[in-house]
Amino acid sequence: MTQAPEPSLTTNRTRLPQGLVMLGNILSVLARTPTSLFGLVVIALLVVMAAFAPLIATHDPYIQNLANTLQPPSMAHLFGTDELGRDIFSRLVHGARITLTIIALVSIVVGPIGLLFGTVAGYFGGKIDTVLMRITDIFLSFPSLILSLAFVAALGPSLNNAIIAIALTSWPPIARLARAETLTFRSADYVSAARLQGASSARIIWTSIVPMCLPSVIIRLTLNMATVILTAAGLGFLGLGAQPPLPEWGAMIATGRRYMIDSWWLVTFPGLAILAVSLAFNLLGDGLRDALDPKQMNRR
Amino acid sequence: MIERKRYASAFGNQAISILITLFGLLVLTFVIGRVMPVDPVRAIVGEDATREVYENVYRQLGLDRPIWQQFFFYLRDVVTLNFGNSIRTGQPVLNDIGRVLPATIELATFAIIIGAGLGAPMGVVAAVNKDRWPDHLVRILSLMGHSMPIFWTGMIALLVFYAGLGWVGGSGRMSQFYIGMVPERTNFLLIDSALAGQWDVFRSALNHIILPASLLGYSSAAYITRMTRSFMLDQLNQEYITTARVKGLSRRQTIWRHAFSNIRVQLVTIVALAYGSLLEGAVLIETVFAWPGFGQYLTANLLIGDMNAVMTCVLIVGLIFISLNLLSDILYRVFDPRTR
Repeated sequence: MTQAPEPSLTTNRTRLPQGLVMLGNILSVLARTPTSLFGLVVIALLVVMAAFAPLIATHDPYIQNLANTLQPPSMAHLFGTDELGRDIFSRLVHGARITLTIIALVSIVVGPIGLLFGTVAGYFGGKIDTVLMRITDIFLSFPSLILSLAFVAALGPSLNNAIIAIALTSWPPIARLARAETLTFRSADYVSAARLQGASSARIIWTSIVPMCLPSVIIRLTLNMATVILTAAGLGFLGLGAQPPLPEWGAMIATGRRYMIDSWWLVTFPGLAILAVSLAFNLLGDGLRDALDPKQMNRR
Repeated sequence: MIERKRYASAFGNQAISILITLFGLLVLTFVIGRVMPVDPVRAIVGEDATREVYENVYRQLGLDRPIWQQFFFYLRDVVTLNFGNSIRTGQPVLNDIGRVLPATIELATFAIIIGAGLGAPMGVVAAVNKDRWPDHLVRILSLMGHSMPIFWTGMIALLVFYAGLGWVGGSGRMSQFYIGMVPERTNFLLIDSALAGQWDVFRSALNHIILPASLLGYSSAAYITRMTRSFMLDQLNQEYITTARVKGLSRRQTIWRHAFSNIRVQLVTIVALAYGSLLEGAVLIETVFAWPGFGQYLTANLLIGDMNAVMTCVLIVGLIFISLNLLSDILYRVFDPRTR
């Protein structure tokens, strides 16, 4: 890590400052509104929790202690224990890893698929555009949870399949967005210049159009994360996502449901965690939209 | 004349695009139904069937045919409404769905009334007080509705309002006591019990529907509020609003009689779309409230891996969605004088 390769340093020097300045601007705008700040803080906490889960957790999330089941919150067990005597706080902390993994994997899959569909459709137009956008519309004609349910049913219930299902159902809005962006750049002078120099379509899309679509796609992905979290938790709750004993928050609520009347802490804390994180992403996305409002960002 | 021609061609385009979407929907459900790792023949004949029996069923299901022929058979089945039987209930899937759908429609309709009744005024208030505290409050309320995991809120609400305070009925559509007492006519419990004059049952049903419907309504109110706010802001920035104020109309009259009247059409289309997305929440909320509706039917079949029933459910949700889109389009055309 200490020996960074020389070439990337030089290219970074030309690119990074501008990007950093922009990032700094965005962050300072976000920090000024209390709601976005709350979002930022919660997400930062989530990342810290996931990164240092073994250090933060007070107990092992999987070790059962049948002599100590369904204990209410106390100093020994901050959020109480579940039906198998496992520490709920520690399970929540480790669950942050699962949540982050889901968000990251879905975004990694959805971003490129959406970009590919959108830029190709937008750049070529005509029949290709019609066909690709028809496919997108068909996916959009289902509520995303129902379609994910169908995919998981076909693939079999597991965390990986839940991630695949969510990814398969959440690329259409990204494709739409990338297409709209591409349409505005398609006839720009620099694209024509690249074409006149003899660049292939694939090269033009990759080097001239994709980078221009990236910022808005990234914002859209952030906004999307709240939905991804809720869908994943919903699948987990229905028993179609992460399987026990994985400490996935939705699945924790599903098992806690049986003991809900006498042991409220079993469902309350995982639910609060889901609510806090999805609210945080929504608030952050809301703030990002304001910060990057095209009306104030005409300079681009 | 030209007018009519343009109208007809717009209609034709719409019809073609709906047909294509429908076809795509069928391709999608067909493909999902095929990728499943479970062997459909084994599911029918069981583990220890002889090779002969197995191959008979294999041929009966048409699995020996090329894939395009199989798709053709699937299309034929859909067109003739032959969706096969559910493994779990032994009844034709379509009958099952016809039986459970009214419960969900009742719930969703109740919810959308609450959602629109809450969302539209909140959106107007937020727009009128843009960037002041009511706007911020509404924004946070609607983001909360947008961010809550509805299955969890459902449980907490049951804990508080049913187990704790005893204000509402618990799970199910009515108290256990009344089950089987109401003659089934429409399968809409509120209507059936009212028709039969059984007001005890009606009250019990109302008591049971109010909590899940409020939660669903709240989650759709989040969306409706947001859209209402942005529609209202568009209107309030226009000059006719200033004119109305200058000519001496009160603030209230300007807002409700002028600005709000102008967004009604847009609002109706939004409500139609929100109604569709309620189906999504219904799947989760029905599980929590043991509501014997479409969502519960879907998840029960999912868990036992009855793909036939599941894919029929998915197809029907898709159809409902497409119809609602179409409906909102038609409403727009009918009510907005500019599209005439």
